Amino acid sequence: MKSKSNLFTHSLRWKVSWLFLCIAILCIPFTDLSINTYDPLAELGRFFSGLLHPSLNNIGNPIDALLQTIAFAILGVTLGSVTGFLLSLIFHWRLVRITCALVRSVHELFWALIFLQIFGLHPLTGILALGLPYAATFAKVYAEIIDEGDHRAYNTIRHHSDFISVFFYSRIPDLWPHFITYTSYRLECGLRSSAVLGFVGLPTLGYYLNTAFMEGEYSEVWALLILFFILIGSIKYWVKAKLIPLYILIAPFIIANDSVISFDNVFRFFTQDIIPLPIRNGEPFHMLWQWLTEIFLNEALPGIINTFLLTQVALVTTGVVALLWFPFISRLFFKKAGRGLGHVFLIIMRSTPEYILAFILLLLWGPSMLPAVVALTLHNGAIIAHLMGRYSNELKLRQDKSYGLNLYAFEVIPRIYGQFLAFLFYRWEIIMRETAILGILGIATLGFYIDSAISDIRLDKAMILIAITAALNVCVDKLSRYIRSKLSLKTTAVCS
Amino acid sequence: MLQLDSASVAYRGKNALADITLHIESGQKLALVGHSGSGKSTLLKLLYEQLITQNNNPALIPQDYGLVQNLSVFHNVYMGQLGSKPFWYNLFNLVKPLAEPVDKVTKIVNSVQLNDKLYDPIAQLSGGQQQRVAIARAIMHDGDILLADEPVSSLDETQSQQVMKLLNKQFHSVIFSLHDVDLALKFCDRIIGLDHGRVVIDALSSSLNREKLLKLYEE
Repeated sequence: MKSKSNLFTHSLRWKVSWLFLCIAILCIPFTDLSINTYDPLAELGRFFSGLLHPSLNNIGNPIDALLQTIAFAILGVTLGSVTGFLLSLIFHWRLVRITCALVRSVHELFWALIFLQIFGLHPLTGILALGLPYAATFAKVYAEIIDEGDHRAYNTIRHHSDFISVFFYSRIPDLWPHFITYTSYRLECGLRSSAVLGFVGLPTLGYYLNTAFMEGEYSEVWALLILFFILIGSIKYWVKAKLIPLYILIAPFIIANDSVISFDNVFRFFTQDIIPLPIRNGEPFHMLWQWLTEIFLNEALPGIINTFLLTQVALVTTGVVALLWFPFISRLFFKKAGRGLGHVFLIIMRSTPEYILAFILLLLWGPSMLPAVVALTLHNGAIIAHLMGRYSNELKLRQDKSYGLNLYAFEVIPRIYGQFLAFLFYRWEIIMRETAILGILGIATLGFYIDSAISDIRLDKAMILIAITAALNVCVDKLSRYIRSKLSLKTTAVCS
Repeated sequence: MLQLDSASVAYRGKNALADITLHIESGQKLALVGHSGSGKSTLLKLLYEQLITQNNNPALIPQDYGLVQNLSVFHNVYMGQLGSKPFWYNLFNLVKPLAEPVDKVTKIVNSVQLNDKLYDPIAQLSGGQQQRVAIARAIMHDGDILLADEPVSSLDETQSQQVMKLLNKQFHSVIFSLHDVDLALKFCDRIIGLDHGRVVIDALSSSLNREKLLKLYEE
């Protein structure tokens, strides 16, 4: 008689899933999930009533906000794309790879906060804040595309001529469609990031959203949100290959350009502001060490712990939500009409940046981790649900398959679970990056301490905290890769 | 021109070529024959790399053709002579075909019977047509030496004979890898037979005949 444990062994995926679920459950008692506003339901009601009469009356120039958003996105993505391409050609150098990994781990908003200190509200702030992390990401993805492309033509003619001619004839033509596909994905991301940059002061849609929210003008908020959704939704109508060069040419003229860069500022930033205070004061080494330890114990550590708690809980809730939502766009579960609604719902959730979702929920529910968890879950859950829904449509099932809950539980989930885990672990690093920046909104993750340091004009402290955030991110990225390779999960690059 | 002394090549621990000693003079038309897996392609690659280190730059027709799928026949053939013009000329030609290259390429493309296909993308051609583009590219490259791995494998009888004649005429020194022993005997003056990575036959074609060579393919 075989004992029960010999009947079947659980796969590694099963064990890892339960491990992460348990970690999340253990995190919950330490996570503050309270609602702190006086009358949340009334506020929610007021918020949604704004949808009934959206109005742009009080906003100075909504078209300008739109154009600024587009201009920053186009210039930032162009800079990132060109720089990324050049970097991808030298990606085999370890130093390049490591630098890109670190630059990538710092979110655009943190870059914006840094550049605001150097350049003020000059457009360079926004363009670099987008361009720098995007360049690092493009470098990695382009390098992968180049690596995986067909080398045979290249090998045959590489001794014939100079590198430029050989590369452009034998590699670019076949790689070009892949470059274009990924770059257009990234442009959509760029538009969302550009809108969010408005929350830290740049003249894009986020700026007006911030103001409208602070004043409780929910009609304006909804008008701006609708404008934003139209912008993202209409991409395929105005992003045409032939028009892109035109957009790139006119963007610099549209971009808000009334501030000047103070070179004194720039110089002071690099020579004074970011130098740790003990060093600036000429104090002995043990004072520097004490200063660093204080920062670590009082700010970095609580920030890391809260970031970790939030990330782990959000990761699991995202997974659960994705598994619940993907049937809405799957041919296996809903007819065309239902799927149409499902698509609209997921598109709205996917296109709204987590930052905006969190912002809205924070104002309705007060400063706890709950808005952050919900915002991250809705956004990322929708992204993964969308991918899983599409994947499930391509499954080959028998004609006599079951339907409804049986189909879901016994036939679909087991088949797509691997791919689901691949996407979820890929998003893990992105979720962590987003939890860090949600700190800017007041949630006690690393971003909170970074934002406080910057408000106190303690840029030296801010840089140390940003570096710690980047390092944490790189660790999670490595861990995620390790887990994915151990579980033999593969995924293609998807927009954040 | 080329000298190998007891050369060996191994892939993942297994010997693809063992103890190869060869001396090749310029001006010879050489054929490598043997069953598949005997090491013909490996030897050809080794000879190609040796010639490169000697700064020779031979024309090459690889077994998988090495063409760029998204480019036209014109651009692929033009790649044979990429080194004769500066990079900006090449880049311009990539975007808009220039008169002089079009002229040159058209003549060569006609000589391999691809007359109306000058601007067709490679992806739309048949296997035999793609092979002829690879051949045209080698002809465009010109030079003294040609290394060709199964250059007529996808062509019919008449085309094979015609192409072998053309290649022999165009290049001073030739090294073919062939599975067709009749072609080898007819068009080459020296034949090297490989078996399991070793040279078992190295003689002039005049001293060999069909039966002797077919023994190589017996197991």
